[in-house]
Amino acid sequence: MTVLRPLIIGLGLLVVWQAIIMITAAPPFILPSPAAVVAVLIERADTISAHALVTLSEILLGLLFGTALGAISALVMAHVTAARRWLLPVLVVSQAVPVFALAPVLVLWFGYGAAPKVAMATLIIYFPVTAAFYDGLRRTEPGWLDLARTMDASSLAILLRVRLPAALPAFASGLRVATAVAPIGAVVGEWVGASAGLGYYMLLMNGRAQADAMFAALFVLALIAVTVYFTVDFGLRRLLPWQPDADPVDNDPALQRST
Amino acid sequence: MRDRFPTQPTQLPAAIRVSGLRAGFGATDIFAGLEFTAPRATWTCILGTSGIGKTTLLRLIAGLLPITAGQLATDGPVAYMAQQDLLLPWLTARDNVLLGARLRGEPPDRAKAQELLRRVGLADAADRRPAALSGGQRQRVALARTLMEDRRTVLMDEPFSALDAITRLRLQDLAAELLTDRTVVLITHDPLEALRLGQRIQVMRGQPATLTDVLQPPGPTPRDPTRPAIAGLHRQLLDRLTGETGSAIEGAA
Repeated sequence: MTVLRPLIIGLGLLVVWQAIIMITAAPPFILPSPAAVVAVLIERADTISAHALVTLSEILLGLLFGTALGAISALVMAHVTAARRWLLPVLVVSQAVPVFALAPVLVLWFGYGAAPKVAMATLIIYFPVTAAFYDGLRRTEPGWLDLARTMDASSLAILLRVRLPAALPAFASGLRVATAVAPIGAVVGEWVGASAGLGYYMLLMNGRAQADAMFAALFVLALIAVTVYFTVDFGLRRLLPWQPDADPVDNDPALQRST
Repeated sequence: MRDRFPTQPTQLPAAIRVSGLRAGFGATDIFAGLEFTAPRATWTCILGTSGIGKTTLLRLIAGLLPITAGQLATDGPVAYMAQQDLLLPWLTARDNVLLGARLRGEPPDRAKAQELLRRVGLADAADRRPAALSGGQRQRVALARTLMEDRRTVLMDEPFSALDAITRLRLQDLAAELLTDRTVVLITHDPLEALRLGQRIQVMRGQPATLTDVLQPPGPTPRDPTRPAIAGLHRQLLDRLTGETGSAIEGAA
């Protein structure tokens, strides 16, 4: 069933899509049929996959840098009082500036290559990771801290051996959110100024009124986003085996209606 | 030095001496000149109703809270056992027992941890995580972790109160056996638990809180609190506990 369910959902969406075309009689340059999109996908597989690879690497690099920076910031803020006082307001102000508004600036600084897109993705990922991880680091069970103090642990040992592992589930939540929004950063970066990537390709096809190619690129982008998300989610579950299943409702018949 | 503690005469050398202790939160004094002595290698039970300041006293002795005024001396570092097992969910039972060494960066003595787990009856569960253990088993691991610290003084904050009746009795017996040569300060709200385990029992009451004089039930621990001689003491303890309620009402009026 777990394999079948997404297939049925996908098939259902295709049927709805086709039905809308038949009912509204939308012309192909507004809404192409699923068959046309699949045809383009096969026909231009080389071009689209080349662009997809660019976007995918931007997303992955953004995830890497954003997560690393976010994790380090949260740890420093949790450990050093002065850093907390100075960094926390900066963090909040940084979120008051719309990241998308920074895209042209980033292109101005870093040029038309991958760098501004990676920077965009990094900026978007940085905040949820930092906020969630820092929050987790602050909310350590007070009893554990008391116990560690009676064991003569240094504050660094408490941070690394008690507070850090205890905050990993919160960190994982932040990383999941970040993973879901990471493709937005990359694509917006590509829209502002690029010579490659799925976002760039979609704009290009838009200019040529090739709706079927736009939809093909969109489909691949969605596929990348979903794949990256589930890969990260799977990895996090493997990393945190002590955490009870993320969704207790799924395992408790009293909390749900059966399907 | 000992002459400075005339209020609690005792033949045994003291492991914990508290004198003129003042502490509180904000403007409220929980203690204003508290006197308390725990003799070495003896179980002292402090009995009191919830919120009276028992846990605060224990946390003060453990060095987890600052004292406002007075003296507080302990016979070396202390081990602390709380009502919750406080096991780290990502560590196995054995690694939880070894937590102190891990935190201090000392080489872990795995053989000793295994031996202590065997003594609390969990030799086979060493590699399990806390989620796979029952409440009683988890508190046994916490007991092994406390023993692993190998400190002469052990502070216990109602460590048995979250357990079911049978498990509680078994764990009380086990703790009494394994901690027999240590200085133990056990706080509890249960007079029967105090009578079962305490060689010295003091009731904490009032605000600011004070301790009543020491009650020393006869016989070795763990005792059967239903024995007639002990049952009379139970009455006495209840009177002392409820006497506090009367004066509190007077004080409020």
